[in-house]
Amino acid sequence: MINLIYLTTLLPLLGFLINGLFGRKIKNEKVIGLIGSGTIGVSFLIVLGAFIQTLGLPVEERSNTVNLFSWLNVGGLQIKFAYLVDQLSLTMSLIVTGVGFLIHVYSIGYMHGDKGFWRFFSYLNLFIFAMMNLVLGDNFVVLFLGWEGVGLCSYLLIGFWYDRKFEKGTTSQAAKKAFVVNRIGDFGFLLGMFLIFMTFDSLNFKEVFARAATFPVAESTFGLIALFLFIGATGKSAQIPLFVWLPDAMAGPTPVSALIHAATMVTAGVYMVSRASIIFVSAPAIMTVVAVVGLLTALMAATIGLVQNDIKKVLAYSTVSQLGYMFLAAGVGAFSASIFHVMTHAFFKALLFLGAGSVIHGMHDEQNIQKYGGLKKYMPKTFLTFFIATLAISGVPGLSGFFSKDEILWSAYANGGPASPAGGFVFWLVGAITAMLTAFYMFRLVSLTFYGKERFDHHNVHPHESPALMTVPLMILAVLSIIGGYIGLPKVFFGEHGNLFEGWLEPIYAPAMNKLALYGEHTHLEEILLMTVSVAAVLGAIFFALHVYRKNPQIAENVSNRFKGFYNLLLNKYFVDEVYETAVVQPIQKGSEKFLWKIFDVKFIDGIVNGVALLVEKGSGVIRKIQTGVAQSYAVIMMAGIALVLLWLILSL
Amino acid sequence: MSSIPMEYYLILSAFMFCVGVAGVLIRRNAIVVFMCIELMLNSANLTLVTFSSYLGNSIGQVFVFFVMTVAAAEAAVGLAIIIAIFRNKKTVNIDEINIFKW
Repeated sequence: MINLIYLTTLLPLLGFLINGLFGRKIKNEKVIGLIGSGTIGVSFLIVLGAFIQTLGLPVEERSNTVNLFSWLNVGGLQIKFAYLVDQLSLTMSLIVTGVGFLIHVYSIGYMHGDKGFWRFFSYLNLFIFAMMNLVLGDNFVVLFLGWEGVGLCSYLLIGFWYDRKFEKGTTSQAAKKAFVVNRIGDFGFLLGMFLIFMTFDSLNFKEVFARAATFPVAESTFGLIALFLFIGATGKSAQIPLFVWLPDAMAGPTPVSALIHAATMVTAGVYMVSRASIIFVSAPAIMTVVAVVGLLTALMAATIGLVQNDIKKVLAYSTVSQLGYMFLAAGVGAFSASIFHVMTHAFFKALLFLGAGSVIHGMHDEQNIQKYGGLKKYMPKTFLTFFIATLAISGVPGLSGFFSKDEILWSAYANGGPASPAGGFVFWLVGAITAMLTAFYMFRLVSLTFYGKERFDHHNVHPHESPALMTVPLMILAVLSIIGGYIGLPKVFFGEHGNLFEGWLEPIYAPAMNKLALYGEHTHLEEILLMTVSVAAVLGAIFFALHVYRKNPQIAENVSNRFKGFYNLLLNKYFVDEVYETAVVQPIQKGSEKFLWKIFDVKFIDGIVNGVALLVEKGSGVIRKIQTGVAQSYAVIMMAGIALVLLWLILSL
Repeated sequence: MSSIPMEYYLILSAFMFCVGVAGVLIRRNAIVVFMCIELMLNSANLTLVTFSSYLGNSIGQVFVFFVMTVAAAEAAVGLAIIIAIFRNKKTVNIDEINIFKW
């Protein structure tokens, strides 16, 4: 099965071509849906087969390369189109194809009757193709191919309903914003790639990472490479300062938000950092930057999420916040914990988005949670699965989110700031506060949506449960959200072998771990104590949220009235968009218009072009007089020429 | 024949050629220009025959036959063109045949 891994990208590509080229003719939604989701389903089975086969191999043989063809061959640069099938890429592939398949199936129900049904599925398949290249690529160039591919698909799918309004603009504007912001990150990533090639003379993962461990390279060079790669990651994974595109990406259809903007694409940055762990570990200063940026993003997005009223916006900021967690984990060297969180997050966040989609579907495209309320009895299946996902993301013990989040918090504390041990405590504290905020806003969302008074207009809106095509994927994801965490049990309770997930990924990070400044000594008591405190905080937040939003909504109103300024600050997302607008977008637009267009382009560029044309015209006006039309004058000139040549020949003898 | 040195033939040939060139460059009548071209061709023929004879190699003479054949064909076509021009413009003065210009 490992050798068949190329099928996992080929099949989605075929699906994309078939649906994209002939979808308009096929028309039949069942056929299109079957092609779209079937290709992903088969891909998932192949990945599963490769995973089982790899599990059967001894640990040192688990990393296999599948060579497909030689792609670029320019001088010293030799890029093979090859896939690296190892523990990390298999884990990511399972998430991408598995969750992707469920979302494809769900989409058949969700997109039913849409005039762009075939287009939607062809884009989704193209996305899976790109994403699989991203996670399977065995060098930075194939990774970059996927990296750009997912960006393109994200653009196409955010602007899928290009004829619809979105907030103050159109969905096309949101799509453009996502694309442009991503380009900024991609630029950083490209610079990082160039620097890697300059430093290590290769772009192949295995070669680069082997050389990174042995080459005598200055720490500043490592720092620069890591910084550039991290800039790329902040773009794709929506971290400060490039997170602004993700909330706007909610303009796309909800399954897109679930697949691309929650479960898979946005984790590309985490995957890349994790893949290049050895480079990041070699640059401790950048590690701290990664951790701090992740932490700040997590906290900031969580605070914004507290007051948003659009169901998808809340989930979008929640995604940004959870991605922050993953970077926090990567920043403190707990790479396997960050990938673990990628996995559990994929389960419960996909579930949350799909659940939100189900609610939106049942409420006739209403997204404002202030206009929901009491939906529990109308949508029992959606409610139950949504509730499970909410428990999971909040970190309630026993569900998947708890295990991954707890591991991140503990690593943050234990490994903390390399600078000082106190840094670890600050990391933990802010992380725990964020977890508390997460629990609060998620239960606010649940309470406002499913409990309380029915605040919608009964005459026009008739809430109803979604069809089985949509609820069955929800249930599968709900089961995964519950049990997904049990492959990564905390070591403190279950010993060294409890955390299967970390053991599985260990060989990938072994070189990085050798280089990393190791954990200080910490007692089990400390870990249990911290765990208890954070769980207690989370549970407190949950009960508080339920108390406020189920029973006493006026408390929320009083608080928001008392802290009007702060409330507005949060409601307007810290005015980040406005700041970017005035500080970046406006100057560029004005500068482009006033100088680049009106002066540089019109005067300078056009001046050169027109000047050349004028010169040629005037010059030829003079020269053309030579052409008299009298054949004899030509003959005279020719003879003169021949005579001159002869003269020269004779003289030079 | 061998008593006459080769240079004589070559000088004669060069002289004929120069007369031809001068005629082509100077004369205004298209017919005369045409005849001068023939003169140039024949001077070349003379050179070929000379070398052929002195070097004892017959290829040069074969070449001359070809040149004469081509010259005959060329004369036919050239005269036809001149007649056609004359019918149109009522003149064969080259100075006046100068429409092929800017």
